[in-house]
Amino acid sequence: MPTTLENWNPGKAENRHPEVAYEEKERLFLEVKNDLRFSDFLYGCYECGICVATCPSARFYDFSPRVIAQSMAREDVERIYDIISEDIWNCAQCFSCVRCPRQNNPGGLVTILREVSLKNGLQETKDALQGYSRVIYKVMLKGNQVSPDMLQPDFFPDWGPWVGEFSANMQIWRKAIPMDSIRGVTDAAWRVDRKTLLELYTIWFESGNMDIIKELDEALYDLLTEVMQEELEEG
Amino acid sequence: MSDTLTTVEQILERKSHPVVRDASVAKTHDMRDLLFELEAKGEIIVQRVPEPYFEMTTKYGRKKKIPLEHTWHHKSCGHCGHIPGYASSILWLHRQFGLDYLDPTDQTSCTGWNYYASAASNAAGQASVMARNFAAAYETGYFPLIHCGTSFGHYKEIREQLVHHKDLRDEVRRILGKMGKPLVIPEEIVHYSEWVHMMRDRIAEKQTLDMSMITATVHPACHYYKIVAEDAIYDPEIYGGQRTAVVTAMLETIGVNVADYSTWFDCCGFGFRHVLVQRDFTRSFSVLRKIETMKNEVNPDLTVTHDTGCVTSLDKSQFAAKAHDRKVGIPVLSDAQVAALAMGAHPFRVIQFHWHSTDWRPFLDKLGVNWQKYWDEFQGDLDAIRAGTKSGITWEDADAPVALTAK
Repeated sequence: MPTTLENWNPGKAENRHPEVAYEEKERLFLEVKNDLRFSDFLYGCYECGICVATCPSARFYDFSPRVIAQSMAREDVERIYDIISEDIWNCAQCFSCVRCPRQNNPGGLVTILREVSLKNGLQETKDALQGYSRVIYKVMLKGNQVSPDMLQPDFFPDWGPWVGEFSANMQIWRKAIPMDSIRGVTDAAWRVDRKTLLELYTIWFESGNMDIIKELDEALYDLLTEVMQEELEEG
Repeated sequence: MSDTLTTVEQILERKSHPVVRDASVAKTHDMRDLLFELEAKGEIIVQRVPEPYFEMTTKYGRKKKIPLEHTWHHKSCGHCGHIPGYASSILWLHRQFGLDYLDPTDQTSCTGWNYYASAASNAAGQASVMARNFAAAYETGYFPLIHCGTSFGHYKEIREQLVHHKDLRDEVRRILGKMGKPLVIPEEIVHYSEWVHMMRDRIAEKQTLDMSMITATVHPACHYYKIVAEDAIYDPEIYGGQRTAVVTAMLETIGVNVADYSTWFDCCGFGFRHVLVQRDFTRSFSVLRKIETMKNEVNPDLTVTHDTGCVTSLDKSQFAAKAHDRKVGIPVLSDAQVAALAMGAHPFRVIQFHWHSTDWRPFLDKLGVNWQKYWDEFQGDLDAIRAGTKSGITWEDADAPVALTAK
């Protein structure tokens, strides 16, 4: 489309998601902007591209931390919606981008965008996190992100025959570790006290974390709530 | 040296000098001042670094206190779950020096891996998890030593948020109040690799394995030195003060030839979410930007890093790349495992080489380590465990250093 006086919109993106009302996109942006960390993560942008040069995701995806910082600084609501729905899950969260000479934190902005996307139940986010629920279940219930029993050949075929060898020997190998806190533990990374887990469950309920899970995956929410509440009542 | 850099020669001359930074003109604040202000107002408790401690220089010159002992080992879920020899090597080193430490079970993961992967949490939740762990450490009188680079970076960032946002402090205090805990923030947030760095001369004094024939590359962990960058250790003698000194300084002290490569600043490709559910990215980045670059440029015997995800990505990504005829085959270890090996730690009871998938045998062969002898010994342990005559390996089995090159 040729640029005319009527459609000239300097610095702002065109509407690529007409199925979502502008007011809804603006509401999501304001939720991002009102996060207490927003002003710590964005100070402006020189467009120098240092963040892009260091970004691993920029090498393999159509992804740019510079565009994220720029769009936020310009309050380009349409572009920010594109980023929420198409880009945020490509970020590797390595924070190489904080090399920014303006002290921006594009990786931190992505974190806020992801949180807002999750809280508002965006379908693109549910799709990106498909298959991840078992990890959330593990970390919220066991207090550990990963455990030996997650290393199954079906899930990690690309790690080679080692996974099969490990899986066949897991019970014995775990007993052959000198640390008391680890020895013999297969369903968590280390042995976590019951009292400690009850305190962790209290944090999840009190901080609003469970509401986020409910928006992401209702079945997971029901499962976690049932187990945690039962434990808390007993404890 | 000229103050005004106007010619290429002047710029090159300036760059040829090690960077010695003056803390008094640093562009960042000293977090401790802000912590002590909050403590004076009764808002938080600041847990002091126990004596004896040693002061190490950070990026902009501030001296950071690193405790020698009385440490509360804040374990890493990635270490303990998938690379247990990483964690056991850290504790083995403490035991070799007779240092007092605690391996707590009143500890959860920082949950940062999940947060960076899914964002299925929020600022108050993450800060409360950190504060609960720190309060648990404070109750024991031991000082937190953080094993995981992501926990270290995540906690430093949360500390910034807590210090600068009263609303967040109030919310975290309310949540901690439900479990009867105070809001405690340690005077310093210390990564175990800083402790290893501090101990490097003492490690070299107890070294029994010659490592002078080894060439290694170093992968500095992103979450160690990129998040809250001013809190990482730097030394003018190491890379001219332009990169973090941890890992490299220790390797050089024990005689390893540390070789440089062009993509040292790149991440390992871990990606947090990617490594669990979208590993095509992790594998590609890890191999194409790190392993293959190292192989092409310096062909090292080993690559060494100091974080959970880096060991996992760099090690486990190499297998699938062989199907594409990529140049791979570099074993991956942590600095703690290399230090323990240099001091004669058992390769399987302590370092747990069998949890690493890239072939580590050529590396041990080059060192002259008779690994087959120790593997056979370890198989004997496993047989005894299977037979029920032994419940498991204990420190009693693992503490004594072994003569690794003996036939």
